[in-house]
Amino acid sequence: MSAGTEVYPGGVAGGGLALGGGHAAALTEELAHGPSKRIVVAYGFWIFLISDIILFSALFATYAVLTDATAGGPSGRDLFELPTVAVETACLLLSTVFCGFAGIGAQARRNGMYYSAMAATFVLGATFVAIELHEFATMIHEGAGPGRSAFLSAFFALVGCHGLHVSAGLLWLLTMMAQVYAKGYRADIRRRLLCFALFWHTLDIIWVALFSLVYLVGVAPK
Amino acid sequence: MWGKLSWEAVPFHEPIVMVTSAVVAIAITAVLAWVIVKGHLPYLWKEWLSSVDHKRIGVMYVVLGLVMLLRGFADAILMRSQQAVALGSAGFLPPEHYNQIFSAHGTIMIFFVAMPLVIGLMNFVVPLQLGARDVAFPVLNSVGFWLTATGALLVNISLFVGEFARTGWLPYPPLSELAYSPGVGVDYYLWALQISGAGTLLSGVNLVTTVLKVRAPGMNYLHMPIFCWTTLASNLLIVAAFPILTATLAMLLLDRYLGFHFFTNEAGGNPMMFMNLIWAWGHPEVYILVLPAFGIFSEVFATFSGKPLFGYRSMVAATMGICILSFMVWLHHFFTMGAGADVNAIFGIATMIIAVPTGVKIYNWLFTMYSGRVVFATPMLWALGFVVTFVIGGITGVLLAVPPADFVLHNSLFLVAHFHNVIIGGVVFGVFAGYEYWFPKAFGFRLHEGLGKAAFWFWIVGFYVAFTPLYALGLMGMTRRMQHYNVPEWQPWLLVAAGGAALIGIGVALQVVQLVWSIRHREALRDVTGDPWNGRTLEWMTPSPPPMFNYAVMPDVEGVEAYWMRKQSAIERQALRPEPEYHDIHMPRNSSAGFICAIFAATMGFALIWHIWWLVALAFVGAWGVFVVAAWRDEHEEAIPAATVASVDRANRAAREAALPTLRSAS
Repeated sequence: MSAGTEVYPGGVAGGGLALGGGHAAALTEELAHGPSKRIVVAYGFWIFLISDIILFSALFATYAVLTDATAGGPSGRDLFELPTVAVETACLLLSTVFCGFAGIGAQARRNGMYYSAMAATFVLGATFVAIELHEFATMIHEGAGPGRSAFLSAFFALVGCHGLHVSAGLLWLLTMMAQVYAKGYRADIRRRLLCFALFWHTLDIIWVALFSLVYLVGVAPK
Repeated sequence: MWGKLSWEAVPFHEPIVMVTSAVVAIAITAVLAWVIVKGHLPYLWKEWLSSVDHKRIGVMYVVLGLVMLLRGFADAILMRSQQAVALGSAGFLPPEHYNQIFSAHGTIMIFFVAMPLVIGLMNFVVPLQLGARDVAFPVLNSVGFWLTATGALLVNISLFVGEFARTGWLPYPPLSELAYSPGVGVDYYLWALQISGAGTLLSGVNLVTTVLKVRAPGMNYLHMPIFCWTTLASNLLIVAAFPILTATLAMLLLDRYLGFHFFTNEAGGNPMMFMNLIWAWGHPEVYILVLPAFGIFSEVFATFSGKPLFGYRSMVAATMGICILSFMVWLHHFFTMGAGADVNAIFGIATMIIAVPTGVKIYNWLFTMYSGRVVFATPMLWALGFVVTFVIGGITGVLLAVPPADFVLHNSLFLVAHFHNVIIGGVVFGVFAGYEYWFPKAFGFRLHEGLGKAAFWFWIVGFYVAFTPLYALGLMGMTRRMQHYNVPEWQPWLLVAAGGAALIGIGVALQVVQLVWSIRHREALRDVTGDPWNGRTLEWMTPSPPPMFNYAVMPDVEGVEAYWMRKQSAIERQALRPEPEYHDIHMPRNSSAGFICAIFAATMGFALIWHIWWLVALAFVGAWGVFVVAAWRDEHEEAIPAATVASVDRANRAAREAALPTLRSAS
């Protein structure tokens, strides 16, 4: 299980989840060429993240088209509360810092750092989702649910899609904690941790766009 | 408990549907019974259903596509015969059934015939051509396939339980909104496509990573065969375009399930936004399909002309040019929406520009044949048929790109004739060329040439007889999707078109016969060397069928036609290279994750369609569980001993050595 020799045989994938074997003789030829599994897995995950960003861009474009289609109902100016959103933003950005610490902890194989940083990431992420759900519930209670107008449909879909991603990320995070607990810092598990970190950072980037284009622009005076 | 599902959902009163159901049920039971009685079940599970080998997955994609082609073709026959008889009468298909048929025909042909066939060929061929042992993510590959199969399953279930969409292959709102399509038909469409779309995206991520990161030593970008380039372009388009489809269909789902107002007529909804979004995916989609076909033709023209492909670099540039331009023309699908003359002019011109790189390709293929020793084998016939047919389809396309002409021809049978002209002439002919060309590689024996040629001639003649009348009908003012009509002048043309469909039917039947005959006489058609066509690219360097590990030792690549160069030097020296040193090879182990995940995905899709919420939750937990269990696995690879590798390679070397004296040097 020597992580250093993990190379795609002859530049060839042996499986995104695969482990290196101990056959050093077979690998000598293969070490000369071929990117490491870590690089291939992260590269593939980047490609997936690009597709995810395109998914969001479709929702952003839709929001831009429908932003004035309030159908006589409330607009962003009437609904958005920047202080709440600021707390949400702080939670998410801070969670990313802890996600980074967790990565360092895993790299250094320091259990205390890894588990506590992952737990902090989870708590901050869950707080973010809770605040968002509360915001949604309040809006729906005030009669400003997604069925009220096309603008609100677009708002709920865009922000909700991000929230759904964060929720899925939380589920993934718990699974990764359990995996490290059960299996240790195996090479394939560290690759998955790398992907998770990339995912979590991407959600941050999308949130920055969301915060600027939806909330800040939304409350700006006309 | 069961949501909207009840016995009412089964159409007992429709004899056509019930007879079809019975036939399908009997056929499935018979096949299953045969597999079980003959004891093939372990083999099927171990070698196919749980396989993560890119070649096996590629073959399964192609099988899925061919089976669904029969279904889509049955729909086509129904439509052609309905229109042939429905002059001033209701014909034999009631309107609500007819509408489902044309919707299912388009949906199936694009998503569950063309896509699986194209992805299957890419999956099978590209790692071999790159000199790789597998794709970048073999397990993901299996999951992607099984999700695609799940989508196909849901579409077929809709025939027997409930109904399919009556909206056309793209569910334009407001017709597809709950107010106007209250049944489950549109929901079947939406969930089937969401699930299979996720599979396609996984496949796209996988193949992009494979082409960019997993290649043999020396296989730099400008040494890759053109099929690898077109695969790269096509999969980049999948990664860039399919998320838009997912987002768009998700919005329609939100409208239908949770009362959102994206595309409704009320509360500020904007149905025209749907057209923009769906075609922002839809136009790249046609290039996702046709670019790999261009790649196949490039391989076929070079091989059967005995010459390197003419203008390799211009071919690469044209491919990547089309890849980018394909995102800039979507509005030509709705010139009549009213965006204004300036916008229409820009998109009209952009559409004409995209014909330029396509034209470059056509000339490259023609010049490849020029002064070559052209062998008219079956793949080459499809390629030649393609050039003629695709050029005609391209010309009518450029005609439609002129906005004033489009205002006259929009939604007429002229349009229907045009896109069948390019999709059948381009994608379907390309896939058939690839099927004939790589079949010996996949199974170790050729397909019967005579039957293949006969099938080609019935197909191409049938194609022109079936679709040329549609151009005339379009110019006469007949719109698409008519269940009946009262213009007597149209009927003769429609009768001819129905005759054409019958000719294509004979072609299809001949292809089935060809396959069965070839399997039964496979010993006579055996390919022992692994190079039956005097090929030029790496996949012909390995035995047919290739071993699980593809190559005994990694090939070193020194030029565009890696295998051809190697073969020429072997012919000159009348000897192969000295036997290499063999090592153990580590290959990924089988995984049942894809298949089991698909069972949960199918359950979840079905439950979502019928609003059975507890089952949705259960299936979601199950699918998540599959991933966790798969992630908990400790052993992902198994070693193939050097002795096994050596025996496979030595047998193939012996066959090639024996064939050497019969090969003619190219110089």
